[in-house]
Order: sequence, then C-alpha cells, then structure tokens
Amino acid sequence: MAKQRVKFTFPQEMIKEPVIWRLGRDFDLVTNIRRADVTEDRGWVVLELDGEMDEIERGVRWVVEQGVRVDPVAGDIVEG
Amino acid sequence: MSFAKNLRCRECGRVYPLDPMHVCEFCFGPLEVFYDYEALGRTLTRERIERGPLSMWRYADLLPCAAESAVDIGTGFTPLVRAARLGRTLGLERLYVKNDCQNPTWSFKDRVVSLAVTKAREFEFDTLACASTGNLANSVAAHAARAGLDAVVFVPSDLEQGKLIGSAVYGPTLVAVDGSYDQVNRLCSELSDKYPWAFVNINMRPYYAEGSKTLAYEVCEQLGWRAPDHCIVPLASGSLYTKIYKGLKEMAWLGLVEWRATRMSGAQALGCSPIVEAWERQSFNIKPQKPNTIAKSLAIGNPADGYHALKAMSQSGGHGVAVTDDEVVEGIRLLAETEGIFAETAGGVVVAGLRRMVQEGRVDPGELVVAFITGAGLKTQEAVAPALQPALAVQPTIASFEEALSERAGALPATRK
Repeated sequence: MAKQRVKFTFPQEMIKEPVIWRLGRDFDLVTNIRRADVTEDRGWVVLELDGEMDEIERGVRWVVEQGVRVDPVAGDIVEG
Repeated sequence: MSFAKNLRCRECGRVYPLDPMHVCEFCFGPLEVFYDYEALGRTLTRERIERGPLSMWRYADLLPCAAESAVDIGTGFTPLVRAARLGRTLGLERLYVKNDCQNPTWSFKDRVVSLAVTKAREFEFDTLACASTGNLANSVAAHAARAGLDAVVFVPSDLEQGKLIGSAVYGPTLVAVDGSYDQVNRLCSELSDKYPWAFVNINMRPYYAEGSKTLAYEVCEQLGWRAPDHCIVPLASGSLYTKIYKGLKEMAWLGLVEWRATRMSGAQALGCSPIVEAWERQSFNIKPQKPNTIAKSLAIGNPADGYHALKAMSQSGGHGVAVTDDEVVEGIRLLAETEGIFAETAGGVVVAGLRRMVQEGRVDPGELVVAFITGAGLKTQEAVAPALQPALAVQPTIASFEEALSERAGALPATRK
C-alpha cells in the first residue's frame, strides 16, 4: 500500500462535479481531505490518497482527464 | 550558535521538532523554522555580527545551523552597489543593486543550498538531490562535492547541453527525465517519499528556505544598519520574496535596525506570472500556469509560497508586476550598460519590472530602493544574444576600421588625435 499527498485545483466548470467522491467509488482508493478552499468560481483541495501505487496512478490519471489539475502538495519541485 | 527552536506549520500553527520534514502531518501545510527570539534579543548585537566571517555565515545566530558545522563554499556578503547611472535612467534618486551574481556558483541559490546541505549532513544523509533547470542544480552539485556527499540531480531531458556542464563538472549523477514539466514534478515528489535522500527543496525545504533571509540581513548591514524603503525581488516559488521580508522583520524585532515598513514588490515574466496574475485579480488564490518565458529560472507555474508572497505584498504596500520577454532582454541590457552587471533573465525581469513601476508612479523617486539581482548572465546568454550588436568586422588597417565605424550609427566618434 502507498500514500500520496496531492493538491487538486478545479477550474470553474468542474466545481460542481463530485470528482473526489467518484475517485473513491470507482477506484480502490481512500481519499482523505486535509485542507480545501472552494468558492463558486474556483477551488482547491489538499488530500491524501491511500491505495496500491498502480491504483493511485490510475486514479490520478482519471482526475487529470476530467480537467482537474493535480500537483504535489508542496507545489512545483523543479526549480530554476 | 543557532537559536532555532522548532518547526511550525504556516497554516495551522502546529509545532514539530527540528527534523527532516516539510509538511504538517495534520493539514499538509508547509513548515517553517521558528526561533527563540527572546534569547536572540538578549544575545545578538550589531557588533557580534560584525565580528563574524565575511559570508552569509556571519548571521548564523539567525539560521537553523551553527557556523562551525557549515558547508560553505564562500557564499554571501555579495556587493550592494549604489546604482546611480541606472537610477538616473529610471528616474530614481537612491537606487541600489544587490549583486548576488557574485556567489560561488553565480546565483543566490548558494545561500539556500549551503543551509540545506549543512542540515542534511547534520541529519546524516549521505545523498543530496534536487530537480532543476539550472541554478539550483549547479549549487547542489557544488556543495555535495565540498561536503563529500553523493548528489543526484534531475533535469528535464530537453535541457540544453550547455546548461548541464555547470552541474556535471562537480561529478553528480545527472538524470535526464523524458517527460513534461508536470511529470518531472510528480516523479521527484514521489522519489522523495521513496528514497532516503535529502531533497534540498522538499524534505529540507524549511531549512533551505531560511538561507534567503541572509540577503535581507546583508542589505541592512551594508546600508549602515538601515532597512530599505522599497525592495523589488524576482518571484518564482515566492520563497525568496517572503524570506527577505521575514529577514527585514527579524532585524527590526531584534532592534538591529529601525522598522521602516519596507514595501515589498515582486516581478515575474508575463509568460509565467501566477502570483502577479492573482495580485491583479486582487485574489489570494493562485491559478497554476504552464510556463512559457525565457526567464526559465522563474518559471514556476504552481508556486509553493505564492499565497504567502501575496500576503506579504498586501501587508507591506508593495506591488506585483509582470513584464514581457522583450522587456526582460531590455532590462538585462539596461543593467549591463549602466552598471556593468551582466544578470541572467531573472535580473532582467527585476530591472524591467522596476522601470514599469516607476513609469506607473508606483515608486517614489526619493525612496531608497534595492533591486535584487539573483543570478549571473553567462548562464543564459542565449536569451540576450540575438538583441546584441555583432562585432565590427574589419581588415587590419586604419582605413577599414574607420569605414566600419562610420557605418555604424551610434558608435564611438572617430576623432583623431
């Protein structure tokens, strides 16, 4: 089992979609929200994903395909 | 000695020991080093600092490691130059340039890496790691060599060959990752969970980031123990900017300078300006961007400290400015042609941003302004090369020389003795 800490950033058109609920239902993952800020026109959620590494990768790929940006919780790692 | 007391979460305030960790276990917020300011206030004086080495380590009391254990390749105490000619050109009476090009690997990253590596050795890591497109990689590789540690440096596979040499020469393991910028980010984040390495800007980040405060301390001391009225700083992750502000506040808390309510302004390149974009929307919410600019050392589309930079900008009465790539090149040339300082693209961003802010009336001409120039231009020659005049090609005769000279508008007047 693995854990991954990620930040989802939702564009306006995705705010009303239950992405995290579907991630937990359609994939074998436990989602654990730690911090979030969501308004009517944008939102971000910091959460931990718990599951097999392959399943985490499959789930994250699906989230990205929905139009949600997925980043490491610490922001960009690659620096100039 | 170090007066570092603990790590604190910047979001929820939870306290942790001074361990190799970077996010709060509770809310995943970023951790920051907190000091025993009461003890510092009783101990630290201008004279104590002035007795220290002429390097960033003269401020060791304000850092999370002791000077005796420092992995130091000669970083810091770089020149603060009175930039009278650039100031006149821009319309500023009291402009200074903090020239951090003069660090051992030619950028301010030596400050943060020196701290991260010192702390990594204290924690008994045997391998340093980072992901970088330039300055950070150079500095990590150099410090690893000095400390006798292994280094693993991740770079995007499309990085120009010339950029690899400044890291490769120190003998690290260079890893070229074939993937998008976001994929490289995710890979390195995952590797940092899997391998027992000191990733300087991940698990060492709370310590690493503190190194940037030394820029503020030096500027205050070099101004004769006085804080600037206005700072203009390049913005990438936002860490440098927030730490300079923290350094200025600490100087005042400890009575080393008078509090001058220094205004903190930040500059980005328009092609990657998530912090300035949020500033212009009057929002504290950063929208991540895909970088597309020649200012690659600032190309952080999802800045870790963006929110805190926006808070500092707002609290201090500063401003956020974004400039085009053409303006960046003009900024590099302007600094070089007026002050003899060849900066990398981040320096061009700062000079061009300052020029724009003066034009918009956002800087008082009489303010004591410090522009932070954080890296040397030899690393990014390709950015400025197309804008420079080619050499005059002449035959080895006076006639040929004078003919070529007369053909070039704006060249030297060919007045004979």
